[in-house]
Formats: sequence, structure tokens, C-alpha cells
Amino acid sequence: MSGDAVQHPRARGGQAPDVFRKGGWVSMREYPCDEEVDFVIVGTGAGGATLACRLAEQGFKVVALDAGAWWRPLEEFASDEAHQQKLYWTDQRICDGDNPLKMGSNNSGKAVGGSTVHFAMVSLRFRPEWFKCRSLLGYGADWPIDWREMWRYYDEVEQALSIAGPITYPWGPPRKRYPYRSHELNAAALVLARGAEAMGTAWSATPLATVSAPHGKSPPCVYRGFCVAGCATNAKQSALVTWIPRALKAGAEIRDLAMAGRIETNDLGRAVGVEYFRDGAWRFQRARNVVVAGYAIETPRLLLLSANHRFPDGLANSSGLVGKNLMVQSNQAVWGVMDEEIRSYKGPPSLSISEHWNYQDKGKDFFGGYAYMSQGPLPVGWASTQNGRGLWGAKLSREMQKYNHQAGLKIVGETLPQERNRVTLADEKDQYGLPVARITYGFCDNDKKLIAHALHFMEQALEAAGGKEIWRQEDDTCHLNGTARMGDDPRTSVVNADCRSWDIPNLWICDGSVFPTIGGVNPSLTIQAIACRTADRIRALAQRGEL
Amino acid sequence: MNSNAITTRYPGYDVLNKRDTPSWDPITRQVVEERLSMSRQPRFFDLAQWTAATALCTCVVVQPDDRLAVPVAAMLDARLFEDQGDGWRDARLPPLRQAWCIGLAALDAESQGEHGLVFAQLAAARQTALVEQMQCGKLRAAAWQGMPSDLFFSERVLHDLYGAYYAHPAAWSEIGFGGPANPRGYVRLNKNRRDPWEAIEATAENAATVKRKNTRVR
Repeated sequence: MSGDAVQHPRARGGQAPDVFRKGGWVSMREYPCDEEVDFVIVGTGAGGATLACRLAEQGFKVVALDAGAWWRPLEEFASDEAHQQKLYWTDQRICDGDNPLKMGSNNSGKAVGGSTVHFAMVSLRFRPEWFKCRSLLGYGADWPIDWREMWRYYDEVEQALSIAGPITYPWGPPRKRYPYRSHELNAAALVLARGAEAMGTAWSATPLATVSAPHGKSPPCVYRGFCVAGCATNAKQSALVTWIPRALKAGAEIRDLAMAGRIETNDLGRAVGVEYFRDGAWRFQRARNVVVAGYAIETPRLLLLSANHRFPDGLANSSGLVGKNLMVQSNQAVWGVMDEEIRSYKGPPSLSISEHWNYQDKGKDFFGGYAYMSQGPLPVGWASTQNGRGLWGAKLSREMQKYNHQAGLKIVGETLPQERNRVTLADEKDQYGLPVARITYGFCDNDKKLIAHALHFMEQALEAAGGKEIWRQEDDTCHLNGTARMGDDPRTSVVNADCRSWDIPNLWICDGSVFPTIGGVNPSLTIQAIACRTADRIRALAQRGEL
Repeated sequence: MNSNAITTRYPGYDVLNKRDTPSWDPITRQVVEERLSMSRQPRFFDLAQWTAATALCTCVVVQPDDRLAVPVAAMLDARLFEDQGDGWRDARLPPLRQAWCIGLAALDAESQGEHGLVFAQLAAARQTALVEQMQCGKLRAAAWQGMPSDLFFSERVLHDLYGAYYAHPAAWSEIGFGGPANPRGYVRLNKNRRDPWEAIEATAENAATVKRKNTRVR
């Protein structure tokens, strides 16, 4: 059953899987490859799926391609960490630099719905100042978008995903209450709360994209705790169960198991379509506009793979910045053992949060901020964390016996954009015959200072909450952004505020690649907000005849 | 080697007892059953590699001696047979299969060089000492072909062996993990609260009673 999804495309013959009914199908409009559609979108994650939905709802002809499978969560998502690795991008990538990254589970999805199928659902807004952090805070780069405009799009996405969150959020400018009530806090979340209160700082229930009451065909979360291995009940508001069904209804076609290999351009320097591999053959979809939404590794990879006579350094790359300024988020933690039973495997992994150090600038010897959240690792992930501190054999077994008593605080930390952190093409080829991505990454001094500050603060907080045998996990990273940044100046950015390439006017990039800075919050809500804004901008441009 | 194996805090608890309860759905039953019934004969390793891999697994992954051992080496072999990658590779390491072939051969070569015996023939204490040297990156024989032994140990040995071990229901039971949880999920989320389908933690005083109760948890 599972093998089938990765071997044969499911979306064909005028229908696509209905993710809400076992064995069910919904009708899907189909376009012939030789029809020039309005938009072909590469990738159906937080950026691509959102944009596909919004453009189709505006009446555009949309075809979206995804390299991954179209899973049926109700039948095919096992409660099993190892099996669910099928959701991750496990094709080869080569990592080097001072701090070689670990890819896959924590940052890369390969499925219709992208990484949102296995994300931890944490749905946070940027701090307003971050959109002008060069001018206002003195680091990174300014975004070409005003925070008040983003605030409206955040509202839209939070409504669309029925985000469950608190009535009042302790940080940032006033906002409406979240659409759904926040989830009950588990014991691990209450450890964070105790620690924050002891330190005299605010804490909150985490705004999460899993419903706390029924919504449409989604039942409320049952707290099974396998969120990052895929939600088997559809409580999680991933792109697979939100934007994609809407997109289909509005007439978009979505092709699963469709790996894009090249964007073609014509003599006028405009994009004319995408070459992609599906069902055993390379095919070509013609389009008036091409959108790349493959996330911070696959997006620059595709742009670089598409180099041709006219664009020898890759598409949209006159600035030389495609692939550069890759930013991870630091993901360090402190862990401790509590007297009481915690059993943090129950419920979403990060039910409580402190954004104190995203909003408080005093007392920092570094630029940027971080949030920290409660944790709920499952056994394979937890053993891997213990391996990271060098434990094995009897020592590891003894530590693993404390599984149900451990609690942790983990950051999502900002790192600075650096051009030396980048995605390039390696000599090695993947199963499609395409050069794989080489990912070069190293923390700068500012990143290290931020991490040191966070570990010190969280250690005190965990101790104040009653944690014993506290230790630091110093080596982890998570979300990826940058590599095709937006800006006001074609010399220093790849796309403009509308996610439109400076070099090729009918080529767009709509995912986390466009972030000039990354902030200290999980990026998915911002990616979706930008996609909604881009859709509105495209409509406005089309109405003025400027598309 | 298992002389210092620890005893579980959850005596009598077996996550598999929940197989036919609302905590397990059909896909989960299928996936776990496939894992439990996997072949214990190697399909990827040759005899010398299989002998070394089996010895390495026994040395690195300590298991309780009061139950059947989780077949970690067979799970590793299955993974290599499928060539199931993680989605990244440290540039200093060769691809998955090659790394294991080089690493196991190098371990035997180091062992031969120091003791005149292959790794599997060494006494447990000497195996452990050799593995500790690998962890520190001190093994540098030509047989490593330039692959850093400490990186092979952290990124392949620990990652692959423990990734296999903690994917096994016996390991879930050992640490008191609730295991599969669809569609039932959980109700009691606060500290010191357990649902009736979760393991009970024993103390030295009540182990016998808890063991009896845990056998009924489902």
C-alpha cells in the first residue's frame, strides 16, 4: 500500500486522492503539457501549496509539481518513527563547512504538502522590527515589506489554518485572539511555565496548527504525539489537508511524483516552462509564469541546474546571490530529569513557549533573538540526542531509563546571513541523473554568542523548575531559509517584494528562500503569509497588465 | 558484555499487548509486524562483514538478558540492503554502504594488527576498548581509507544501530514509552498522570505488584 504511493503517480485521470476519506477520490482538473498554463509551480509545501490555492481561486490556470508522493494520512501514516521517514527528503545531499548540517527529518520534506506534513505546527509571527532589522536593530538586511501589511496576511493564514492559541499573546503588538482555543498543556509544557515564572519572564501556550475542536473534516487533536512523523487523524493543518484540497476545488492540477529538473528560457530571456520527470519519462509543461517553491535547498539547486547559454550562472542570478546566505535556525537545548513523571510523548511536542528573548534586547551581547519551547521527543529521536553527547552501551541504556522523567527546553534561534553559507552543485548525481546539492554551513561568532546566551538562560530556568542532572545539547539545527533573498535592489537581492525575479520577469520564487533574515521563530506561518501576499500582488499586477 | 545491563523501571509492560486495542491502527500493525518478522540472515553483508557487524552490535548496544535480543545487526543489514539513506552525508564520509564496508573491514584490520584476531574473536573488554578508541578518532590504519573513525562511529555506528534498536517494540517497552497511539491517543497529560493504557513505573518496593499490573496494561 505504502510502496504504491512512491512508485506510481496517484493524481491522474481527472482525479486525486481525497485525504479525508479512506480510499476516496476527488475530481481534479487536468491540463495537457502543451497547453500554456498561467502558472506552473514547483513544490507544494508552505509556499507552493498556498500560492497554488490562492492563484487558482483567483481564476488562474495552475499546475503544481511535487517530487514527493500523495499520501493518504488516514490509511498510510503509521504510529512509527522509522516507517514515517518516508515523509522526509532522503535523497542524497552532501554537507560540509565548519558545522556540517544534518538534513532530512528536521528540515526537509518530500511529499505533496512538503515539510508541513511533518512539521511541529508551531505558528508564530515575526517580531515587527525584524522586517527592518538593518535599519532598526543594526544587523542583517531589511525586508522590502512593511510589518503592518504582513500582519494582515498573518491574520488570513491563522484563520485559514484555525490556529489554536491563547486569548492574549504576551509579546508584540496587540493582535486578535487566535481562532481556536489553545490546547491543554502537558507536563513538559508546565515545566517550561514554572521555569519562566521563576525567572520572572512571560510564557505562553504555543500557537499551533492542529485543531483543538473540529474544523471542516478535521477532528480535534487526540494528543497521540507523533506529529513530526505525520498526523494520522488530519487534526494537523498541513498544506496537504488545507491549501491543497482548496486548490483542487478551485481548478488547480497537482502532479505527484513529478521531479523538476530544469526551467527553460527562450531567446527573449523569459521562462517558458519546466522540464520534469514523472512516470518514467522526462516531460515538459509550458507556462506563462514559473514559480519555484522548493525550499532553501531545492530552489537554488533548480535555479543553478537551469543554467543555459544566456544565463550561464543559473537563472535569476545576476546578483550572484542564488544559493548564498543560507540561514539555519540554531536548535540547541538543555535537558534535565524531573522527580515527577513527565511522559512528554503525549501531545504536540512544543505546547508552551517563551519568546522573551525575541522581544527583549537588553542584556544581549549579540544581534538577533530566540524563542524556546517545551519538547516531546520520541524514542528514536531521543536516543539520537543521547548519542550526540557520546553515550552508548550501558551508559546510554541507563539514560534511556529516565525517558519518562526528562524534560527539555529547546531554542529556535536566529542566525545571521553570511554569503559563505551556501548551496552549490556537487559532481555526484541523484537517481534522476541531476547533480546533488552541496550544502556548506558554519556558525559565525554572533550565532555562537546567541547560543551561549540561550543555553545559560535555559539552564537556569530548567533548574528553577526542578530539573536535575541538567546537560546541554549543543549541536542541533532546524529550519532553513535564505538562498534567494528578496530586497529593493537587484544588485543585492534575487527577487523583489512580490517574490518576482529581477532578471526574468515571469519567474517567481515563493518559499523560505526569499527570507533576507530568519528571526527567532519557526518560518512556516511567514512563508504562507508571503505566499498569500504574492497571490494578491499577482492579481493586482495582472489587472494592470503588468504580469 | 551484558553484565552491567540495567533493569527496566517498567517490569511486565509489553507495548505489543496493545496491538488489538484502539491504540493501533491497521497500517501500524502491518509496519511493526514486518519489522518483527524480518529475516535474521544477512542479505547485504558477506560472512566476514556479518560476523564483525554482529559483534559490534552486541558490544555497542547493551540489551537486557531476560528477553530475546533485538536483532540490531539484521536491522542494519536490511537498511543497507535497501540502501536507505538519511538525506544527507557529511562530506568527509563515503556513501552509506561504502562507509559500512570500509568501517567493518578497518575494525577487523585494527584488531588483527593489535591482537592478531578479528574483532569478533576479541574478548568483550578488548572489543570495548577498541570501540572507545574509534569513538576518539584514534584508529587510523590504512584500512580506513582516510575515513575519520570518530565520524564513522558517531554518524554511522551510533546513528544506525540505535536508530534500529529504538525502532523495535522491545525497546519501547523497556523505557516505558506508550508506543503506537492511533486512533486512541492520550487523555491525561499532566505530571504523574497516566492513562490506563500506559506503563506503570515501579520502585524497588513495589516491583512485583507493578509487574502484575503492567501485564494487564493495554
